[in-house]
Amino acid sequence: MADVLQQTLPDERTSRSRAWFSQNLPVIAIVIALFLGWELAVRLLNVAEYVLPAPSVIIAKMVSSWELLLVNAWATTLEILLGFGMSVFIGIPLAVLVVYSRVFERVAFPLMVSLQTIPKVALAPILVMWLGYGIMPKVMVAFLISFFPIVINAVIGMRSAEKEMIYLAQSMGASELTTFLKIRLPKALPSIFGGLKVGIGQAVVGATVGEFIAAEKGLGYLQLISQVRLDTPLLFAAVVMLSLIGVTLFNIIAWLERVCLPWSRLRTETDS
Amino acid sequence: MNAPQPSIRGVSIDVRGVTKRYKSARGEPIQALELVDLDIAPGEFISIVGPSGCGKSTLMMLVSGLIPVSSGEIRVDGKPIFGAVKQAGIVFQRDVLLDWRSVLDNVMLPVEIKKLDPKTHLVKARQLLASVGLAGFEDKYPGELSGGMRQRASICRALVQNPGLLLMDEPFGALDALTREQMNVDLQRIWMQERNTVVFITHSIEEAVLLADRVVVMSARPGRIADVLEIDMPRPRGSHSRSDPAFLHHVEKIRRHFMALGILSEA
Repeated sequence: MADVLQQTLPDERTSRSRAWFSQNLPVIAIVIALFLGWELAVRLLNVAEYVLPAPSVIIAKMVSSWELLLVNAWATTLEILLGFGMSVFIGIPLAVLVVYSRVFERVAFPLMVSLQTIPKVALAPILVMWLGYGIMPKVMVAFLISFFPIVINAVIGMRSAEKEMIYLAQSMGASELTTFLKIRLPKALPSIFGGLKVGIGQAVVGATVGEFIAAEKGLGYLQLISQVRLDTPLLFAAVVMLSLIGVTLFNIIAWLERVCLPWSRLRTETDS
Repeated sequence: MNAPQPSIRGVSIDVRGVTKRYKSARGEPIQALELVDLDIAPGEFISIVGPSGCGKSTLMMLVSGLIPVSSGEIRVDGKPIFGAVKQAGIVFQRDVLLDWRSVLDNVMLPVEIKKLDPKTHLVKARQLLASVGLAGFEDKYPGELSGGMRQRASICRALVQNPGLLLMDEPFGALDALTREQMNVDLQRIWMQERNTVVFITHSIEEAVLLADRVVVMSARPGRIADVLEIDMPRPRGSHSRSDPAFLHHVEKIRRHFMALGILSEA
């Protein structure tokens, strides 16, 4: 029995990875072709390195200045996580208030919507003036910019419980708290995760923009310095690092979603 | 204290001079129900049939105690109701199962919320699921089930607490015709075991006649009871009953009611 298992498992795994590979082959091929084309174009047309460095040059730069990149990437990541964390810990409770309180729905919600129309990036210089050159203004920009999608999605999610379900809970004698914990909140989770996924991307933008205005470290700051020095490969290296951070954080949330909501994929499958 | 008993007696319901007025979105008053009187005996199966907007769902919601009457009185087992009726299990047209709970956990939801004894009710929940052909599906998520199976699970959820009163608002309205016919047979079988009082709301005249001891025919605007028909056909009824002369007679009589009310017209 154990022999059979040991024999079949690796087989299954290789066939599954083979399936994944054949499915994603077009994507992989296009990405490789794109970078090859870029590399060739830069070499054949003799494009100056300060205008557009070849991918190989960028990779070489990343390897040679890995310590510089990592230190600054860590600074930016910290700003993103703090800003995003603030959005979650303030945004979700606020969404609960909006759903349960008439006053909040009438006052706070329209206020948030109108605040949303202000470009948050334009607030960055003001925040720097108020909060100085440290980590706080970047955290605040990341917070402000990621806050709205998280709140709005949480509100929509908590309102999505069917009225029949609420009636059922009432007929069972459920308290408001029980109804919230057993029905409204779990029902809202897919939508909340949707908001978190948008929010984390926004937080990356917020932290970078904050660093553009005034900073002493971080990938945004590194970009400014490289720009002044015409060190375009380092500029590109910083962009690569930023997108790596964004993709990684996004995937952590997507993974958390899969772990927390194993049923939600079923739902979309049956709906389609 | 709330352990399930072998024979469950349904509750009696007295509806006395009940009216219900709503305010529409524009603030105009709408008379949903006008002076409705209805006595339902313990363990009786009542179907309510009527056109859209006749207030049949409103009547069911009033009996559940979830919405208040404008005037008149509803008594359950002789006692005037105040707030949600504890003995009621409800099934809506939408099954509204909770996607994140397994089928068994969905059925156990009322037990959890009412803090009833989980052990005895777990046995009951499994029995109910098995009786509607959902044995082996206890640990599946609702997303893995067909529409008919989901509605079966939601009926089990309403029945797990041994409700004296089962309120059903177009429970099979979203199902295909074949599934619906089978569900009618299944519902009758469960009711004959449990003997709870059932208020069953439907658009389908045939379904109403097939299932009920009495069919309440309602007319619209304002909602009123137009007629109450005794269906004295032997049970268990099934597909064979649909060609029974008595069945056809009752169906024809209700149809004529709706023609007289201008809801149906000949050709």
